[in-house]
Amino acid sequence: MKHTFTRRSAIALSALVLAAGAHAQGAEKLKVGLMLPFSGTYTALGVAIENGFRLYVDEQGGKLAGREIEFIKVDDESDPAKATENVNKLIRRDKVDVIVGTVHSGVAMAMARAAKESNTLLIVPNAGSDAVTGPMCAQNIFRSSFSNWQSSYPMGTVAARQDGKKTAMTITWKYAAGEEMTNAFKEGFEKEGGKVVKQLTLPFPNVEFQALLTEIASAKPDAVFAFFAGGGAVKFVKDYAAAGLNKTIPLYGSGFLTDGTLDAQGDAAQGLFTTLHYADNLELPKDKSFRAAYAKAFKLQPDVYAVQGYDAAQILRVGLDAVKGDVSKKAEFAAAVQKAQFDSPRGTFTMSRSHNPVQDIYLRKVEGKENKTVGVAAKALPDPARGCKL
Amino acid sequence: MDFATFLVQCLNAIQYGLLLFLLASGLTLIFGIMGVINLAHGSFYMVGAYMAFALSPLFGGNFLVTLIAGTVLAAVLGYLLEWVFFSYLYQREHLQQVLMTYGLILVFEELRSLLVGNDVHGVPVPSWLAGSLPLGDLMQYPWYRLFASGTCIVLAVALYLVVNHTRLGMMIRAGASDRDMVRGLGINIRRLYRTVFAAGVALAALAGMIAAPISSVYPNMGASVLIICFVVVVIGGIGSITGALVASLLVGFVDTFGKVFFSEAAGIGIYVLMAAVLIWRPEGLMGRRA
Repeated sequence: MKHTFTRRSAIALSALVLAAGAHAQGAEKLKVGLMLPFSGTYTALGVAIENGFRLYVDEQGGKLAGREIEFIKVDDESDPAKATENVNKLIRRDKVDVIVGTVHSGVAMAMARAAKESNTLLIVPNAGSDAVTGPMCAQNIFRSSFSNWQSSYPMGTVAARQDGKKTAMTITWKYAAGEEMTNAFKEGFEKEGGKVVKQLTLPFPNVEFQALLTEIASAKPDAVFAFFAGGGAVKFVKDYAAAGLNKTIPLYGSGFLTDGTLDAQGDAAQGLFTTLHYADNLELPKDKSFRAAYAKAFKLQPDVYAVQGYDAAQILRVGLDAVKGDVSKKAEFAAAVQKAQFDSPRGTFTMSRSHNPVQDIYLRKVEGKENKTVGVAAKALPDPARGCKL
Repeated sequence: MDFATFLVQCLNAIQYGLLLFLLASGLTLIFGIMGVINLAHGSFYMVGAYMAFALSPLFGGNFLVTLIAGTVLAAVLGYLLEWVFFSYLYQREHLQQVLMTYGLILVFEELRSLLVGNDVHGVPVPSWLAGSLPLGDLMQYPWYRLFASGTCIVLAVALYLVVNHTRLGMMIRAGASDRDMVRGLGINIRRLYRTVFAAGVALAALAGMIAAPISSVYPNMGASVLIICFVVVVIGGIGSITGALVASLLVGFVDTFGKVFFSEAAGIGIYVLMAAVLIWRPEGLMGRRA
């Protein structure tokens, strides 16, 4: 009995010492949960976002606000049905401090809901769903990318005002992002005197466009606005050209139609006009150094998704610096981010009160394998944040 | 909708249906003859598409040579896969087959990711098929799609001739009706199955190669075709190639005209069709009555 007592107390004592030692090591690692598509049609986008994020962290020496970053990855498969389960894995099982994600707006909505309920920091590096910085906006939710309205509204105004198009048709997948993009184009187009005669949709992620292309050819509008991304974007642009429509009815697109897809689209995409908050030949020093560093680290050219991942990490750093690494101070985090000016490869931007970037939207034209800027479609355009109560 | 547009939409429907047939014929052969539910069939389609992307530069962009080489390679792959993996599945329950072939899908996707990466790729249309046929002043129809449909028709006829007018075809039809009887008659059922499986894989891969210039090559491209493929096989009747042809054309029409007239419900159109057919004839349009 005397032995057990001594042994038990020895174990207890060593446990105490070890625990004290662990705390004495300094700031704990910051757990960043990356919930992105690592499979399916958006895989390349998920990989680019992660690459951009990691590049920024590496540039800061692997630490943000003095805390090392521990990455936990979950593949969301761009499936809204599994989204709540996946995000709860990060929040409850892995107990992450920050969630970064995702590409698909349907998945992002579920993530925003879960983040709001659990008051976890969420930074959205792509999903443009207007609702994330609209009715679902919150003190702890930020976006480093764009809102669907922001990226498509200027295309509508440019098509009607600059190019004098009177009638247009829109075509996209029937899901939240598609509807928001085409409605924003319609708003801009009709504001400058045009009329959108029909809005065509097909189920996501169906890529059999022939039937709808025939409808477009039959209706003969002045212009067509399309929103597709990833594999669907490649196929649509190629099908549009194969049907001979690119010579008779000009195709305008959200920038995603031609971002990261030009290699595969080849000749079919030449001369296409799109609007986006990024382009391939911006003459900005920050962009040049970013592109060089990215190409060196990943042996790939960066795209808008990589920039958004990079800026997501930047937003995190700005907030973390203000709260000195303590993520529980949500109000101070948000205040610091709202006051900051971000030096991004896309140009400088600030954050709106609904935590969406206020940024320049560039008008781009496809020449060769690049989306070249031909002008600024809208300067420092804020998202209207309809329904946000912040 | 005016008549010209209607005709073009019919052309779209037939062209889509024929490509589906190519894919579904392989699946119905495997499902019907060997009773194996092969979820990995979509992966073979993907393998074909990626082969078109990878082999095309090796043959200097010569499309026909790439097609032939790819089909041969796919047949070899199918032969080996049957030998090493699928031959163990015949005696198992359908659930086990589903699980194991689903695992095979995951393996193929990972292999694809490791070998070729995750980017979307384009396969160029061969130059002698580039360009389009003007359809009045309405629009142009790409020559390549017409070529694809033509190839599918040729293959459909070839399949019909093999299955109905050759000794091999006789054995296939017998094996579909009564496996044990065939074995009892001294026919090497193992080799028959291996050949049929290799043919099924080759057909799927060929469908992928032909579709590659049209649909582009991207991760998980097998998943969406797989579901439609199963719908076609179920509607047409398991094991019936004629049934697969009729069903694919039906699905092509429902999908095309559904998109035009009922865009809200276009997604469920083909499943409603499948449900309706099954209620009317549970064994499918041309399936054997149980």
